[in-house]
Amino acid sequence: MPEIKVTPLGAGQDVGRSCILVSIGGKNIMLDCGMHMGYNDDRRFPDFSYITQNGRLTDFLDCVIISHFHLDHCGALPYMSEMVGYDGPIYMTHPTKAICPILLEDFRKITVDKKGETNFFTSQMIKDCMKKVIPLNLHQTVQVDDELEIKAYYAGHVLGAAMVHIKVGSESVVYTGDYNMTPDRHLGAAWIDKCRPDILISESTYATTIRDSKRCRERDFLKKVHETIERGGKVLIPVFALGRAQELCILLETFWERMNLKAPIYFSTGLTEKANHYYKLFITWTNQKIRKTFVQRNMFEFKHIKAFDRSYADNPGPMVVFATPGMLHAGQSLQIFKKWAGNEKNMVIMPGYCVQGTIGHKILNGQRKLEMEGRATLDVKLQVEYMSFSAHADAKGIMQLIRMAEPRNMVLVHGEAVKMEFLKGKIEQEFSIDCYMPANGETITVTTNPSVPVDISLNLLKREMALGGPLPDPKKPRTMHGTLIMKENSLKLVSSEQALKELGLNEHQLRFTCRVQLQDPHSDPDTLHRIYTHLKSVLKGYTIQHLPDGTVMVESIVIKVSSSAEDTNTKVLLLSWSYQDEDLGSFLSTLLKKGLPSGLC
Amino acid sequence: SRHLVLANSVSLYCLSGHPTLPCNVLKFKSTTIMLDCGLDTTSVLNFLPLPLVHSPRLSKLPGWVSKDGTVNLEKELKECAGRVFVDSQPEFCLPERELLDLSTIDVILISNYHCMMALPYITEHTGFTGTVYATEPTLQIGRLLMEELVNFMERVPKAQSATCWKNKEIQRMLPGPLKDAVDVWTWKRCYSMQEVNSALSKVQLVGYSQKVELFGAVQISPLSSGYSLGSSNWIIQSHHEKVSYVSGSSLLTTHPQPMDQSSLKNSDVLILTGLTQMPTANPDGMLGEFCSNLAMTIRAGGNVLVPCYSSGVIYDLLECLYQFIESASLGTTPFYFISPVANSSLEFSQIFAEWLCHNKQTKVYLPEPPFPHAELIQTNKLKHYPSIHGDFSSEFRQPCVVFTGHPSLRFGDVVHFMELWGKSSLNTIIFTEPDFSYLDALAPYQPLAMKCVYCPIDTRLNFHQVSKLLKEVQPVHVVCPEQYTQPPLTQSHRSDLMLELQPPPMPYRRCSVLNLPFRRRYERVYILPELANSLVPSEIKPGISVATVSAVLHSKDNKHTLQSVPKPPPAPPTKKRKRVMEEPPVVLAPKPLLSGAVPLEAFLATLQKHGITEVKVEETADGHILHLQAEDTLIQLEEDGTHIVCDNNEPLRTTLRDLVLRFLQKL
Repeated sequence: MPEIKVTPLGAGQDVGRSCILVSIGGKNIMLDCGMHMGYNDDRRFPDFSYITQNGRLTDFLDCVIISHFHLDHCGALPYMSEMVGYDGPIYMTHPTKAICPILLEDFRKITVDKKGETNFFTSQMIKDCMKKVIPLNLHQTVQVDDELEIKAYYAGHVLGAAMVHIKVGSESVVYTGDYNMTPDRHLGAAWIDKCRPDILISESTYATTIRDSKRCRERDFLKKVHETIERGGKVLIPVFALGRAQELCILLETFWERMNLKAPIYFSTGLTEKANHYYKLFITWTNQKIRKTFVQRNMFEFKHIKAFDRSYADNPGPMVVFATPGMLHAGQSLQIFKKWAGNEKNMVIMPGYCVQGTIGHKILNGQRKLEMEGRATLDVKLQVEYMSFSAHADAKGIMQLIRMAEPRNMVLVHGEAVKMEFLKGKIEQEFSIDCYMPANGETITVTTNPSVPVDISLNLLKREMALGGPLPDPKKPRTMHGTLIMKENSLKLVSSEQALKELGLNEHQLRFTCRVQLQDPHSDPDTLHRIYTHLKSVLKGYTIQHLPDGTVMVESIVIKVSSSAEDTNTKVLLLSWSYQDEDLGSFLSTLLKKGLPSGLC
Repeated sequence: SRHLVLANSVSLYCLSGHPTLPCNVLKFKSTTIMLDCGLDTTSVLNFLPLPLVHSPRLSKLPGWVSKDGTVNLEKELKECAGRVFVDSQPEFCLPERELLDLSTIDVILISNYHCMMALPYITEHTGFTGTVYATEPTLQIGRLLMEELVNFMERVPKAQSATCWKNKEIQRMLPGPLKDAVDVWTWKRCYSMQEVNSALSKVQLVGYSQKVELFGAVQISPLSSGYSLGSSNWIIQSHHEKVSYVSGSSLLTTHPQPMDQSSLKNSDVLILTGLTQMPTANPDGMLGEFCSNLAMTIRAGGNVLVPCYSSGVIYDLLECLYQFIESASLGTTPFYFISPVANSSLEFSQIFAEWLCHNKQTKVYLPEPPFPHAELIQTNKLKHYPSIHGDFSSEFRQPCVVFTGHPSLRFGDVVHFMELWGKSSLNTIIFTEPDFSYLDALAPYQPLAMKCVYCPIDTRLNFHQVSKLLKEVQPVHVVCPEQYTQPPLTQSHRSDLMLELQPPPMPYRRCSVLNLPFRRRYERVYILPELANSLVPSEIKPGISVATVSAVLHSKDNKHTLQSVPKPPPAPPTKKRKRVMEEPPVVLAPKPLLSGAVPLEAFLATLQKHGITEVKVEETADGHILHLQAEDTLIQLEEDGTHIVCDNNEPLRTTLRDLVLRFLQKL
């Protein structure tokens, strides 16, 4: 029985370092190649030695697919391809291909230039890695090789995020990456057709959450910003350059316009202007509303949001500043935070998840005294708010996707074990399918049971359909017979006669002749007629003919009668049949040996 | 659900005679597929231009009266420079609508935005309930072109609708091209925006190489055709037949993604339309001529008018000018692009990175706009306006270059510039679009003083490229418009300007119905796992195995499956044993065919092993006869047959049968 194997190298019962190996139909595919934000050591990257202990990965992988540009999904890519070694194809969508190298370079700079780490990938390696990337378009069927095909679906989540359908023969797997089942301010909702994969591998970040409506969270966010501005305070929103930042900018921009607010909104420079540009050029990946109106008003050309300069932080009066990075662990957001932390009128809004060890994580846990470098302590007096705007499917959304795709099995990744356990129960209950949640390095195996596609000769099919009609009678199904010819990779089903012909074989006729003695005091023709009548009554539904040449034929079995030379009452029946009629021939010879019933006329 | 059609016939209904604005319907495996929906707009050349502002010249044109004075149509027909024009809202020549019932069309496949302009006529008011498939750029730019057309027509409404001239008796007496115009009764005015929106709401977007299943019977897939943004060729196939539809393809490196040629391989039939209309004009040469004429006119203080469509070649013209402006010191010359959809077209061109050639895609990764016209706009060298009214009239400076439509010169802002600039020989009109004869286009403006330059740029395949392509992809049969099977009328000696193939292409014309040749011999069927696992293959020759299959066939939604024969229900227990004995075999299961031969020596050895030792072998002409003396049984062994004659000993007979079968292969 064919099997599909799934092994997470990362994101197994964990968030971060997404990297999942799939073996299907003799092909090996790596899904995502991410880094872990929570580690600075070897655990930062997936353990590629699982694939092979020595040397390059090229021989062991047929392709690598990256679902979106977040570093926990692509951060290990240059390490994998350039340092471990992989020269095969890497697939990602156009926006991911555009944005991913920028984030990788940013990540490299922070790690190498700021933290001084060595033995890390270089700028050149990022470039070389990106040369191996083949862009994917939505819904395009990409033939990786003769047998393996992949197809990308829209996933929402971030610009260019994709789910991917992987197919070999009639077996298939869908990997969701991160996705979002509700449209937001700038992106649409994930969608997939009823592709009925053998396995659906889904993220499960919000496995146990049914989130309140997005509108409520947005209103809450705007209210908090507005109140702070009104009382003359400053709002800091630490963000990552691409993704939520754009969504929140659109939100504030429209709010400012509607309320006619004058307080300045700033966006920390660097990546961000560039980032907005990507959104403009890849507008077809945004939601329908933005796409429809982009000619009149491009939502990513912000009127109220200006570039930030570090000197503005000391300006008096209210302002809103978006600054990178999102977890307050370094850079501009941290600098501004330090300046504003002491004033209770100010506010910091954390719009996403923070990894342990970061300032963001500390203040969200209520820590009000922070130890900074040089033994200084920072009193946190400003208000701290957490607001989840990260775009992941919640439990409801995950169930919705299962309903859309109708998988035969489910694998949960990219979530916490306890939460997964809960969702697994729900899925198994509601859909009666098996649900797995492998840990990192653990392999799950699913046996598939694919139908075998075969080419049937049109003559044979036509003959069958003419005889049986398009739908067989369930009580009396017609049986068709044919010969399956297996040659190299082709499977052909033809009639037995055609098979002989195509294979250049002679037919071998196997015949049987059997003499049966019978006591029947009648003339030969009468005996023959009595046999005919007898068989007619016994064999219902068979073709029985009394032929003028003095034979009876049952289907293609010939019966002749002659009298014995010594005794005219003793008749000798000659039965002759071919192997094809063996069952009937054998039956008839046994039947006739018993003699004819007396009541026959 | 549809009933099954196993018939081999595949037919093609040809609804348009225009080779570059095709409209064909393919009936293939119980699906009815329309291939493109081109609108022949050359009919508008028979009409008077629609001026945006009152034109004393046009309104003073004399009416037409037949020479003998018997026919007087001076209200409907006007004469200008020896030609007669219809004074009415311009009308289009639609695809044929009587050849088949349009409501039976299941899907319409659009290959590029120029080939969809008749869509509202087909999808609205005909009972059409199907789906239209197109790529996103094709839909968006197609919408812009339709919107522009509607806008051109609706902003200068004409009260008069001329119909008398269409009377057969009268038309016969008319001069010039009007007399020969075909099917004038079926010509139609432009559709409304509402009809456009309704038609386009039926479009389902597809991406290149996306596989779309139709009714389980047919798979369609668009391929990049390299001609315009989102332009596609289509593959229509089942498991065993493949039709390629090639329409408007280009091998030149312009802005779109390159043409996908390899996917066209192994086609049974290739339908070839949309070759270049200018087989002798080299697009690069034309582009050079365009630039030099433009520069010359501007230097001499004249204006340049470029009648063009709002999308397509204009992007390449602007890109060419972007590189040319500085070197030709045209840095201060204003370039205007005037169209109700100018802004949209320029904006849309920048957001389709996926559909662009590699160089342009790379720019988007930087991120920079893929087309340099963004920079021309930013530096104020190129300005765009929705029409000549409004801002344009106050900002307009001369000498300048104006890009505007419609290329037929019958409607749109171009009519205004013809009236404005036609009288001065300083000005130049440069024709770049190949769809209209420039002499016909200019006819209602004669006499003209302005210079005319004809640089048609048609990047579609020429005959040389297409024969190379066909050699490469090797379709079994080629179907094409009849125009491609003979040299152009005006160049009848140029046998290089036609398709010469073996077997010769099957030509079609408007209203043709072709039966496409297919030799389909197989159909796809799926063997369910249970049955598949029960099959016992045996190797019959090295590398070739066979297995006999007995199965029940299920056919539903054009999908066939084979499953195991259900086991017969157990016989009712009440029946007497004797009766059961007499039941004939339930299933009339024929035994497989046999093949091979029974070798004498080996067979004798086998018999011996089974205790049959007294065998007398007699040689015959065709083989041997074996007398099993103790058993009083004969076995006749021949090369292609075995005959067992055995009386009154059923156990022996079946043993002998099984021994013989050991030497034979079952099929």
